[in-house]
Amino acid sequence: MAQLIADVFYEALDNEWLRRGNDQAAFEVAAGRVVMSTDAYVISPLFFPGGDIGSLAVHGTINDIAMAGAQPRYLAASFILEEGFPLADLRRIAESMGAAARGARVAVVTGDTKVVERGKADGVFISTTGIGVAPADFELSVERIRAGDQVILSGTLGDHGVAVMSRRHDLNFETAIESDSAPLHELVAAMVAVAGGEIHAMRDPTRGGLAATLNELAQQAGVGFRLSEGRIPIKSEVEAACELLGLDPLYVANEGKLIACVAPEAAEAVLAAMRIHPLGRDAAIIGEAVHDEQRFVQMMTAFGGERIVDWLSGEQLPRIC
Amino acid sequence: MKHVEEYRDGQLARALAARIATEAQSARGYHFMEFCGGHTHAISRYGLEDLLPPGIRLIHGPGCPVCVLPIGRIDTAIALAERPGVTLCSYGDLMRVPGSNGTSLLKAKAAGCDIRMVYSSLDAVRIARAEPDREVVFFAIGFETTTPPTALVIRLAAAEELANFSVFCNHVLTPAAIQNILESPDVRELGRVRIDGFIGPAHVSTVIGSDPYAFFAEEFAKPVVIAGFEPLDVMQAVLMLVRQVNEGRHEVENQYGRAVRREGNERAKADVAEVFELRKLFEWRGLGVVPYSALRIKAQYAAFDAERRFGLEYVPARDNPGCQCAAVLRGVKQPTDCKLFGTVCTPETPMGSCMVSAEGACAAHWTYKRFRDRVRQAS
Amino acid sequence: MCLAVPGKIVSIVGEDPLMRMGRVDFGGVIKEINLAYTPEAESGDHVLVHVGFAMTVIDEAEARRILADLHEIAARAALHPEPS
Repeated sequence: MAQLIADVFYEALDNEWLRRGNDQAAFEVAAGRVVMSTDAYVISPLFFPGGDIGSLAVHGTINDIAMAGAQPRYLAASFILEEGFPLADLRRIAESMGAAARGARVAVVTGDTKVVERGKADGVFISTTGIGVAPADFELSVERIRAGDQVILSGTLGDHGVAVMSRRHDLNFETAIESDSAPLHELVAAMVAVAGGEIHAMRDPTRGGLAATLNELAQQAGVGFRLSEGRIPIKSEVEAACELLGLDPLYVANEGKLIACVAPEAAEAVLAAMRIHPLGRDAAIIGEAVHDEQRFVQMMTAFGGERIVDWLSGEQLPRIC
Repeated sequence: MKHVEEYRDGQLARALAARIATEAQSARGYHFMEFCGGHTHAISRYGLEDLLPPGIRLIHGPGCPVCVLPIGRIDTAIALAERPGVTLCSYGDLMRVPGSNGTSLLKAKAAGCDIRMVYSSLDAVRIARAEPDREVVFFAIGFETTTPPTALVIRLAAAEELANFSVFCNHVLTPAAIQNILESPDVRELGRVRIDGFIGPAHVSTVIGSDPYAFFAEEFAKPVVIAGFEPLDVMQAVLMLVRQVNEGRHEVENQYGRAVRREGNERAKADVAEVFELRKLFEWRGLGVVPYSALRIKAQYAAFDAERRFGLEYVPARDNPGCQCAAVLRGVKQPTDCKLFGTVCTPETPMGSCMVSAEGACAAHWTYKRFRDRVRQAS
Repeated sequence: MCLAVPGKIVSIVGEDPLMRMGRVDFGGVIKEINLAYTPEAESGDHVLVHVGFAMTVIDEAEARRILADLHEIAARAALHPEPS
């Protein structure tokens, strides 16, 4: 059984390291700063429009590395499977990971699988660790954010969260919305090529959405943000789904978007470079960092009033009132 | 989206605001109470108060069914969910409401109870049909808009003779709440809460119609304007209220004519009358015990009444002694008047009902107005 | 309370009085909604939906009237010269 499972992965992820059949992988790393990141993926449902737990596990860790300005190279993947998990589903997930890795030009060079009793895992849990290389002279870091920095969002908000919700039993609805799960490192490279050190920081608004990410950045950088609601790109179907469930799109998860804080002089150039790239077509400058001891994220609503975009305690739940 | 975006037009908002500013007499203030979580939300989310002249104050009334649900009812629901074989189905709004001892439906679910979030009462029935070996209980809350959907599933269950489905009923009535506020000493005698008029609830009114408010308009001589809950609806209603006050009128007007008819929804009202009857007394969090303000399931549908089916006993639970929700719910105090606000009581660690629900006055104030307070303090 | 969202009925499914359902389009998202409380609703109508039930049919004429009122106010305030 263990061999059967291992075979599924070796076949789908196939590369020179896995073919050697060792418990570890050895490789050379280009000169520069090595960046490493790890994350666990426990999403339910496992399959959703535009992706699955496998592709998510590849893209998510690639993106964490990319947010440091590094180019991802190698991934390790560890799987915890619930006893009785259908082999067909496992194959689907493995193939999806293989495709995601190949599409991103990254290799899953080593891995591990464990099977636990029924009920001890939600189908399958995946943990991925990634290694990438960043240029030695350049660092994206929250400390570099300054008042006046322009906040650029790479595309539409809420696609992933809505796609996942459309598949959950309790919130059944039909929609053409697909998850935006995608590897962002090439988009990042295009941005860095144009503006280098004038890009101060980047982060991807995953769990908790744009709101959580901007509040984190504000707290850590010691600044406030002022946003303009009218400039934030959101697909109309995503807006509709959020209206229906009583959710605020600013808090809905994204898996293929990034926020960049860019020096004002370079913002237009970075935006132009993003818009040429397929993952940045809807990129927009949505606001700016400001002096604010309170570290609030404020927004001018399209209606004309002001509101703050606050932390949310826990995950946003659909509401009836 | 049609019938949504048109009512969020910023340019129209500014024009309406200008009109209101012209007609509002600067010598007097206007205090309007809204009775609907949807209105509380819209006012905060769109920053409506920024657009109104300073003399107009919007007071949040007890329009949030989550906020007025006593802790004891949450405790009862959790105890029910802890029984083996029970599947408790609940709307999302209730999942985080704290019961006694820091429990909640969400925490009980994490501890292993079979608690499932549903979008609709119909989903609960579907679960009951699909899992005949589970005792499925639907945790029903809400004012008059949400009650017919519960009535319907009880009628469905009866028609299908569904043996494993029941409802834990906590439906409450809007006019009773309005009456309770207007008759309270704070309003009637002490004049601590000045109310010049009401913004009538949007969707409750689609069911009950505009007639029930006539009593309040006459008896208490206060104008009522039923308003849709898009921001332009609310602003137009404010203008209509200002005009009534200026002209010394106290009538019921309907700003939400596209959705509210005078007689309301007859089918929905008939279904509710078929399935439910008035409880003599019901405890509201913050308002205390209010007579004839809540519904229970009629005897002929007893098989679907979870309280009877499971012999549920209600044990009233105490609110935190420092909690000012009662006063805030009645509009007597502002969230910032409560010592617990922002210190012990936050959306992360809610002490009382006003902080728990996004519609609660304290939660709304925390999310949208907190920065204004700090800015004001700082300057 | 009572989050209700407008949607357009795309098709009717089933004619049972308790379970008359409609596929309702909310700006690109489609969900099956119970129409028991709007027995007069037909395909093409806009309804207000709360917790999976249509609670009222939106009166298009009234909606137009309200918007016309609002635009008239705007016109008079001279911030919005022509009603659109």
